Parts: sequence; C-alpha cells; structure tokens
Amino acid sequence: MYSTTIDISQIRADFPILQRQVNGQPLVYLDNAATSQTPLAVIDAISDYYKHTNANIHRGVHALSQEATDQFEAARQKIQTHFNAAQAHEIIFTSGTTHSINLVANGFASFLEKGDELIVSTLEHHANIVPWQMLCERTGAQLKVIPINENGTLDMSVYADLLGDRTKVVFVNHVSNALGIINPIEEIIEEAHAFGAAVLIDGAQATPHIIPDVQALDVEFYTTSAHKICGPTGMGALYGKEAWLRKLPPYQGGGEMIDQVTFDKTTYADLPHKFEAGTPNIAGGVGFGAAVDYMNNIGFDAIAAHENDLMRHATEKLRKIEGLHIYGDVDNKVAVISFNVEGLHPYDIGTLLDKMGIAVRTGHHCCQPIMDHFQIPGTVRASFAFYNTHEEVERFIAGVEKAVGMLR
Amino acid sequence: MSIATEQAEIVSEFSMFDDWMQRYEYMIELGKSLPLIDQAHKTDDNVIKGCQSKVWVHAELDDDKIVFTADSDAIITKGIIAILIRAFSNQPPKEILAAETHFIDEIGLKEHLSPTRANGLVSMIKQLKMYALAYQTQLS
Repeated sequence: MYSTTIDISQIRADFPILQRQVNGQPLVYLDNAATSQTPLAVIDAISDYYKHTNANIHRGVHALSQEATDQFEAARQKIQTHFNAAQAHEIIFTSGTTHSINLVANGFASFLEKGDELIVSTLEHHANIVPWQMLCERTGAQLKVIPINENGTLDMSVYADLLGDRTKVVFVNHVSNALGIINPIEEIIEEAHAFGAAVLIDGAQATPHIIPDVQALDVEFYTTSAHKICGPTGMGALYGKEAWLRKLPPYQGGGEMIDQVTFDKTTYADLPHKFEAGTPNIAGGVGFGAAVDYMNNIGFDAIAAHENDLMRHATEKLRKIEGLHIYGDVDNKVAVISFNVEGLHPYDIGTLLDKMGIAVRTGHHCCQPIMDHFQIPGTVRASFAFYNTHEEVERFIAGVEKAVGMLR
Repeated sequence: MSIATEQAEIVSEFSMFDDWMQRYEYMIELGKSLPLIDQAHKTDDNVIKGCQSKVWVHAELDDDKIVFTADSDAIITKGIIAILIRAFSNQPPKEILAAETHFIDEIGLKEHLSPTRANGLVSMIKQLKMYALAYQTQLS
C-alpha cells in the first residue's frame, strides 16, 4: 500500500544516531523540522577537513590554505548549483537563516523612510518577524501582516490589498515550520514585484523537501540553514540577486570583508566576501556542501515521495483517534503534522512519547502568532524525514494512543 | 510531619512501581486529584516562568506555616507540582528554605530536574523557596 522507491535500510545505515536507544527503546526521531540528523558522508567530510586540510582561507600562500579555500569555494558552488543561482558570489555563507534575515533586514535600514511598509505573514517563525520589527523601530517603517484562513493557509486576497506603492519588502516562509503548509511563493513574489517591492523567502523548512530555483522564482533573497538538510549546525546560506547584494551595505565589519583599510577610509571587498567578515565556518561550509551532495544523490523526488507516503500513513491513523485535531490539514504541505488532542496539553503528550523513545516537538514552535490565531498554547508536531520508516509511523501512532489513554 | 518524613513517604510510594508507565500514571493521578486553586489566585503574577505549560502557585500564611495551592494546564506538570506541594505545604518557612530535594531523583523523575527541561521543575522549587524566604522575612 505504501510504496517506496528508496532503500530505507541502506539509508538508515548512513545515520549512526538512528541506531541508538532512548529511554530503553529504539529511537523514533520525528523532530526533523527542528533539526535533521547527520549522515556519515557529512560527518566524515567535516572530520576529514580537520584531519587533513584545516587552515585559514583566502589569504594564505601555503598549500593547506589554498586547499581549504578550494573546498570552501567548492561548497559555495554546490549551493549555487542546487539553488540554480546565476553566480557563485550570489551565495553568502551565514551562520543560518536567522543570521541571513538579520543581514538583509539590517541592510534595508539604509533605504527605508518613515511611512514605508513591510509585509510579513502570520505563519512566520519569530526569526522572520523580530529582525523586521527591530528595523521598523529604527526607521519608522510599518509592518503589515497577511492573515491566515481557518485551515492555516495565507489569505491571499488580503495580501493583494496590503500591497501598495509604499511596500518595500515582503518576507514570507516557503513552508510554515509550525504547520508544514507550502505557501504560494510564486504568486507572492510576482504580486510584490508589480509594486516594485523586494521579496525575501525563508526556505529553512522548504529546503529539506523541495529544491528552490531562485532564478525561476525571480526572488531577491532566499535563505536556509544547513542543519535542516542533513548538514551541520551554525551554517547557512543566503542567496541574493547580485544587484541587491551590491546595494546592501555590509552587515559586520572585520577581516575578510575589506579591500583597503586606512584610518581615513576603508573600502570593502567584492561579493561574496563583503558579507563574510572574519574567518568563516569553513568546516561547516564543507559539511554543508557534502550534505547537499548526499541529498541529491538520494534524489529530492524520491525523498518527497517517501516522506509524503509516511505523512499520509500517519495522518490517516491519527484522524481515527477521537478528539484529535490536525492544524493546517491541507493537501499542499510537506511531511509535518501539527496536532492537539481535545482536553490534553501538548506538553503531556510529548513527555509520554519521549518516555517511549519517540522524539517530537511540543510548544509554540517559535510561532506565537499562529498559536494565538488558533487560541491554543501550542501543538504536538511530528515532522518526518526520508530516513523514517512506516514501522516508526506505527510506533508513533501506538505511542500517541497510549499517551492519550494514560492522560484521559 | 516533617518535610523529610513526607518526602520519605513519597519515595516509598513510588518505590512500589516497576516501570516508568506506572510512575507516570500515578503522577497523572496525583495531578488530577490536586485540590482546585482559588480562581482568584490564577493571575499572571502567580505564573511560574520557564515552563512550557502554565503553572500557577499561590502561597499564604496559616499561623506560622505556609500553605501552597497550585494549578497547571498540563496534567504531568500538575502531578509534579502536587508532589512538591505535598512535601512543602503546611511547613514553617524556615524548614522549607532548609529542605533538600533529592527525593525527586529517588522517585525516578531525575530527568525533570534539569534546569533546561521545559517543565520548569527547578523553577517551581525555586518559587516555593522564594515564597518561604518572603514569609520568613515577614515573620522575623
């Protein structure tokens, strides 16, 4: 009934952590939207880098420095190819999505005037709200919010009304981290462009499941974090259209990002280094590149097919549990299920699942506006990855049933 | 009954259970049977920070002893606070301040003692002791 086109047992052998036990039970890891697990290919790439190549990059005359630079820049090209960016220097390495958004929001401070407008959606992670709120406080610009419909999807007719000549930038996630809903970003970008507004897409939750084509999207900025797609933590990438990256002022000052420094005036380095002050996370970059290779070797079509199978399987079974409500239960979503059981607190369900070796996330998922919309303290969120199995879905369902039985 | 005796009794009750399920079922039962807090005390001021669920604790002085009442919107958290109240309520502030909390570990809830755990057990204990300190100052 549930077909798979990838060899899951072979894939699971790539992830040492999936072999471990938690609370005396084999781990069932369903918190992939928070962070994905790391395959040996990535662990080895990072470990090999430190064993054989470690040096500072971009300025050394010696062999190691050159090799390290080559590996770091090769990783940049891998992300460029993966995102289908026109040029490698349009990929800025950051510490992750939060850093990327702060970099862009901070840059916009130079262009905004009092009365300018920014548009955000209700579905955003706090990381795509707070930096812009801080920007509004600094500049006097105004934040407008796209509301959501009862099923959790964006209310696109209100979005159309919010856009105007004073709209300077729109920032929306590609996929909602709390609900898993895929947003209509093509439409959002096109409509924003009609008013001359720039668009930033937070791709942190989309990139584990979908390959973004930044040129086809014609988006100004697109960002993700490596640890969401089997890479290391503390690493991420920001794609920016070249013209925009040239227009934005540097975010941080320091080494690497300069051209000439005198006490009278400093000129900045060219892209991408202008935004990469200080010694970057070189090993993280190498690991990020290895992660993208690993995912592409499996294939995103096969990944999506298997994950969607798992989600359908879990959704079908969850719906049979009395009083269980799934939030954002729409067709167009990635393998994330956010739910509550009537009369029960998500924290209680999550705690009991943990005792059974099943890892889920509970709480507001850094999305308090969504929880306020549904008037709930939080949800239980199970998020699936390509290395999860149907047996794990069965254990998860049995776990939820057992927890509900104990709590009622 | 002293705090130490009360704690020993709780430990002995929990020692009858063989596995985590029985322990948690008992905690859930304790949570469900926690006497209702006066609605007037379920204010934002009485909410303990650092919990994923909401926990309200109210303290008042009865002669020279502190009486705690509490509630939570999560049942396991309510069970934990019920255990704490059983150990610390109806005790003089001085005794509460001096009390050890090893019994949490002994009843198999060690994992809840981590300060980074989202249930805020550590914050709850701290809050009970803060009340004790406040009343101790008032009494002396």
